[in-house]
Amino acid sequence: MFGQDAWQEIFETVRGNLLRTSLTGFSVAWGVLILVVLLGSGQGLERGIKYQFRDDASNSIWISPGQTSVPFRGGPVGRRVQMRNSDFGSIKDEIKGVEHITARYVIRGTVNVAYGGLTQTFPVRSVHPDHVFLENTKVESGRFVNQIDIAEYRKVAVLGRNVVKTLFAGQSPLDKYIRINGVAFKVVGTFLDDGNASEMDIVYLPISTAQRTFGGADRINQVMLTTGTEPLIVTEQMSDGIRAQLAETHRFAFEDQRAIFINNINKEMQRFLDLMQGIRGFIWLIGIGTLLAGVVGVSNILMISVHERTREIGIRKALGATPGQIVALIVQEAILITSLAGYIGLLVGLGLLELFAKVPNIDFFRQPGIQLSVGLQAMALLVVAGGLAGFFPARRAAKLRPIDALRDE
Amino acid sequence: MLELREIHKYYTVGSNKLHVLQGIDLSIGTGELVAIMGSSGSGKSTLMNIIGLLDDYDSGEYRLAGELMKGLSEARAAQLRNRHIGFVFQSFHLVPFKTALENVALPLFYRGVSRRERLKLAESYLDRVGLAKWADHKPNEMSGGQRQRVAIARSLITQPKLVLADEPTGALDSVTSIEVLELLRSINRDDGVTVIVITHEDDIAHLCRRLIHIKDGRILSDSPIEPKDPSGIVTRPTPLVLEPAEVLA
Repeated sequence: MFGQDAWQEIFETVRGNLLRTSLTGFSVAWGVLILVVLLGSGQGLERGIKYQFRDDASNSIWISPGQTSVPFRGGPVGRRVQMRNSDFGSIKDEIKGVEHITARYVIRGTVNVAYGGLTQTFPVRSVHPDHVFLENTKVESGRFVNQIDIAEYRKVAVLGRNVVKTLFAGQSPLDKYIRINGVAFKVVGTFLDDGNASEMDIVYLPISTAQRTFGGADRINQVMLTTGTEPLIVTEQMSDGIRAQLAETHRFAFEDQRAIFINNINKEMQRFLDLMQGIRGFIWLIGIGTLLAGVVGVSNILMISVHERTREIGIRKALGATPGQIVALIVQEAILITSLAGYIGLLVGLGLLELFAKVPNIDFFRQPGIQLSVGLQAMALLVVAGGLAGFFPARRAAKLRPIDALRDE
Repeated sequence: MLELREIHKYYTVGSNKLHVLQGIDLSIGTGELVAIMGSSGSGKSTLMNIIGLLDDYDSGEYRLAGELMKGLSEARAAQLRNRHIGFVFQSFHLVPFKTALENVALPLFYRGVSRRERLKLAESYLDRVGLAKWADHKPNEMSGGQRQRVAIARSLITQPKLVLADEPTGALDSVTSIEVLELLRSINRDDGVTVIVITHEDDIAHLCRRLIHIKDGRILSDSPIEPKDPSGIVTRPTPLVLEPAEVLA
């Protein structure tokens, strides 16, 4: 029944009815194509958004001061909140769940960095050692700022790759001295950053040294911390705890959203994950809808085609085809067409995704692609559906008496 | 070859029960060339369907090659048709998307003959009906007479003992009709195949050797006849040129 000869008979039938074949095939190919493109694009979107987050630790909380916007205990509106080393200390000691924590102090005015005869302006960040975990900073040579640097106010600096390139022109900067606003700092390490290229323009200094050297006293501009594997709800409680503590120390209303900005990346990440889940569900919904439309299309065309072929079926029966052979002929034909067309749809879909992937510089869209197994499953679904769609009308036609079938004009 | 005893067949049309065959007794021997005549509604097509195992009957006995044909399953009937009977139909019934060669080869597909072998055989049968050059043409590229000859080649390829021709000339002009019947006669004469021709044309019927008349589901007459010489029957259409004498008159 399924021998080479039977297939040859089917090829003959398929070749003899190109329009019907291509119509049936088209709806299948189209269904698979759309599904592949949709799923692949969804994947691209997800990867793209994840890529945006790759730079910073996604389990972090960022705290920056602002100005009061609500009068509190007689205090005026619009008062600046200034965080100090003590705030860093109390968050570190009193908030439960803190994994890594660092403060940042920003030197006022422009910062000139010089080596040899070259002077250039670079952003300088004064930080604690844990900062290395907040931004995905990768130490390339030497080391990052450490606890002893902080304790002993050492004048050391860690340079981004671009800084090294600009000032040292390929030479190793380790153990060399650079001048920051005229003060000599010893280079102890270099780093690179997977994130923005501009992250590699940065010079890191120990926060205690920078505060003392550049007149910062005990002021800090930002505190960042990571929350380890704490669940979202705990990190929210941590945010609230920090806010309460700072409100107490700096005398502003707890509800005052502008006095202090606490950005819980955990929450944003969760929001993004929820969004992705939603998009993924939506894509599947559309994809399955498209597949169903394809299945209905195939069934429809096959149903009509079997009806159209009543006379041919009558002839075959008169010439000695058994009902089983008639059903097999039509079902095999349906399976052949759907699997071939599904395969074409799959290939074209994958090709289109390849093209999408080559389009450069799109934020939020990277490396679209699908798991091959998903594509194959979709195809298998259509093949089965095609077989079934062929089977029912074929069985009805096969039951028809040959004389009735032959009478059909 | 085949024997029918007291065959009755009813059709139900709406609330009416039509008694289409009212007790047919008929025996046809191997190698006969029989014409069955009757007006439309006489039951001749029903009879042919029963003989050709395309339809069942209600009572009586039908034996084909000694075997009782009654209550056959669809699959069994299909097998027996394929093995014993070749069909020639009024409207040819060729598969439209197959070439002449593929059409002729089709019955052998259902007998499990390999493609190469059946195409080779089909070629020789097409050659026999004089259409070797038309092997690769589709039916819609051929004339009615050519199509019917393809159908005859197809009916012969299984080497049946019986060829049933149902109004084989019904869709053909008189010249082609005679050619087609000549072909059927040669098959009967040269291969000893039993040929039954169902027709309502006297000329065609009289090319056979036995003539059966059917009316209202009964056999009216059944007698051997002397087949005519087909050349006498061929009447070419008179040219539309008037004789001078007629013009003058």
